Amino acid sequence: MTTENMKEEIRQYILTEFLPGEKAANLRDDTPLRTSGILDSVATLRLVTFVEERFGIQVEAHEASVENFDSINSISAFIESKKTGAS
Amino acid sequence: MSILHLCNYLEASASRFPERQTAIDPDGAALTYSELNDRANRVAGFLVDRGVRAGDRVGLVLPKNIHALTILFGVMKARAAYVPVDWSSPADRIRTILSDCQVSAVFVDSRRFDVADVSDTVIVLDQNLDEARNPSELKSFPWETVVAHAPYSADVEARHSDDLAYILYTSGSTGIPKGVMLSHRNAVSYVDWCTEVFQPTEFDRFSSHAPFHFDLSILDIYVPIKHGARVDLIPDELGKSPRELASFIAANKITVWYSTPAILSLIAEFGQLNKFDYSALRIVLFAGEVFPVKQLRKLTTKWPSPAYYNLYGPTETNVCTYAPIPLPIPESRNEPYPIGWACSHCKALVLDPDKQPVSQGEEGLLYISGPSVFSGYWARPSETAAVFIEREGVPWYNTGDVVREDPADGFIYVGRRDRMVKRRGYRIELGEVESALYRHPAILEAAVISSPHPELGVRIICYIAAQEISRPSIVDMRTFCNDHLPAYMNPDVFIFVDSLPRTSTNKINYQALIQMFNSA
Repeated sequence: MTTENMKEEIRQYILTEFLPGEKAANLRDDTPLRTSGILDSVATLRLVTFVEERFGIQVEAHEASVENFDSINSISAFIESKKTGAS
Repeated sequence: MSILHLCNYLEASASRFPERQTAIDPDGAALTYSELNDRANRVAGFLVDRGVRAGDRVGLVLPKNIHALTILFGVMKARAAYVPVDWSSPADRIRTILSDCQVSAVFVDSRRFDVADVSDTVIVLDQNLDEARNPSELKSFPWETVVAHAPYSADVEARHSDDLAYILYTSGSTGIPKGVMLSHRNAVSYVDWCTEVFQPTEFDRFSSHAPFHFDLSILDIYVPIKHGARVDLIPDELGKSPRELASFIAANKITVWYSTPAILSLIAEFGQLNKFDYSALRIVLFAGEVFPVKQLRKLTTKWPSPAYYNLYGPTETNVCTYAPIPLPIPESRNEPYPIGWACSHCKALVLDPDKQPVSQGEEGLLYISGPSVFSGYWARPSETAAVFIEREGVPWYNTGDVVREDPADGFIYVGRRDRMVKRRGYRIELGEVESALYRHPAILEAAVISSPHPELGVRIICYIAAQEISRPSIVDMRTFCNDHLPAYMNPDVFIFVDSLPRTSTNKINYQALIQMFNSA
């Protein structure tokens, strides 16, 4: 899967689950998710579960942090680092 | 007659169990009973020297830790009332609350200097205080100065059961939070009921999951301290992480857990509970909202040995009814558990709109009387008068909750007739969300409704009419609400419309909006 496809899947999930009715163009790759209140703690847990199941990675509790989950960019970078075993 | 005062609990335990641990932070910082009592005396000494007097209010804008716990007792030993606020809330909301009750001193985390201007006496807490971030023009005192102050020797005889102990602010329908005033008598009568029912000992370990501005914290703090038990303080971040909480409860051998159903559902769902040993856990308490039976069944299957209780009570009454949950929960059961019978220190009545008792089994509003019922809202006499009736010579508080009485199970919660909803245990007045939305420059009209949701319990839905040319995106609205409302009030759904439906008298037609949402 390309990075762009991965970002698109994450974007669609967030739009459907947490921003119903929003245009895809308004949720940019760098839009803050946690610090803006788009994702609260419960929503983040659901997103983490989605990421684990969809992309076949295991997210440790301390990794579900604001740094790793504050934008589509940071989430996709985190998934790629897990897949290549860099983290 | 003995004086009912929360500080008496600490002082009695400090003399019975001076060397026992009273409270512990997850990072390992701990205090013994004698240390907590001594430090609280020093906090009181500092406050009294700064002019804080009996009946004054002192604000806390702090994350939860052993220092914040010390401050609660220090404030009460000075015969003042503590006012804890959500330290992560928007600055405007914190300022509104602390100005409303005119605090004479405030304890702030150094990251919240932005709200420190509400008082002339500001005490700053930060373990890694950066001098450069401590502006010299602010009249502030470091925490180290406060805990090094000469201890106050309280005149115990001067204490009064009706002294205010704390003020907890809840959502207000006009957009301004209102302060619920609770006295020492109110809290002590409730804590003493907990003793009777839960039989705590000095060997118990209580969890403190709720933040101090949330009324669940009263049991978490004062019941263990009354009995010389230990309280394990759970800070915000850990409190939101079900996986880490699951291992925390096992590793710390927690014996009494108390939280909202929301976090217990997440622990059951994500906690991987089969990996740990929970043999120490003897009681699980939940309150604040309805526990969906499916989720409760999942939890009780994984944790089969503790005793479970559903506790009910608005902030205004403390817990006033309770129901033990018989296990196992049958597979066939779908309806939520009742809120049960009145606690022994309270009386409950179900009245119709004419304030006459309903026949058994009929729906009506639940009224509560007893020593744990609050005395009023801070500086709001008309709102206070509106929630009380007098009957047989005593005041009864109208909870606003519609219930019916079942002869076998006690009271069954039915719902609300006003615009208040419960979400994650917090009360939300939908009018307060509307007030925040109206502060957005592009918004012409806003109306907020709630809708039940199988997993989230309840969702908050905003209908918004905005100027077409400057209509904000949903991402913009979520960010705007994040800046103007506490996180638990941030709406789930934003829907833009050209105009809001109106009734024949030109009021917003909420029923039409609910129908629109349900049929969409």
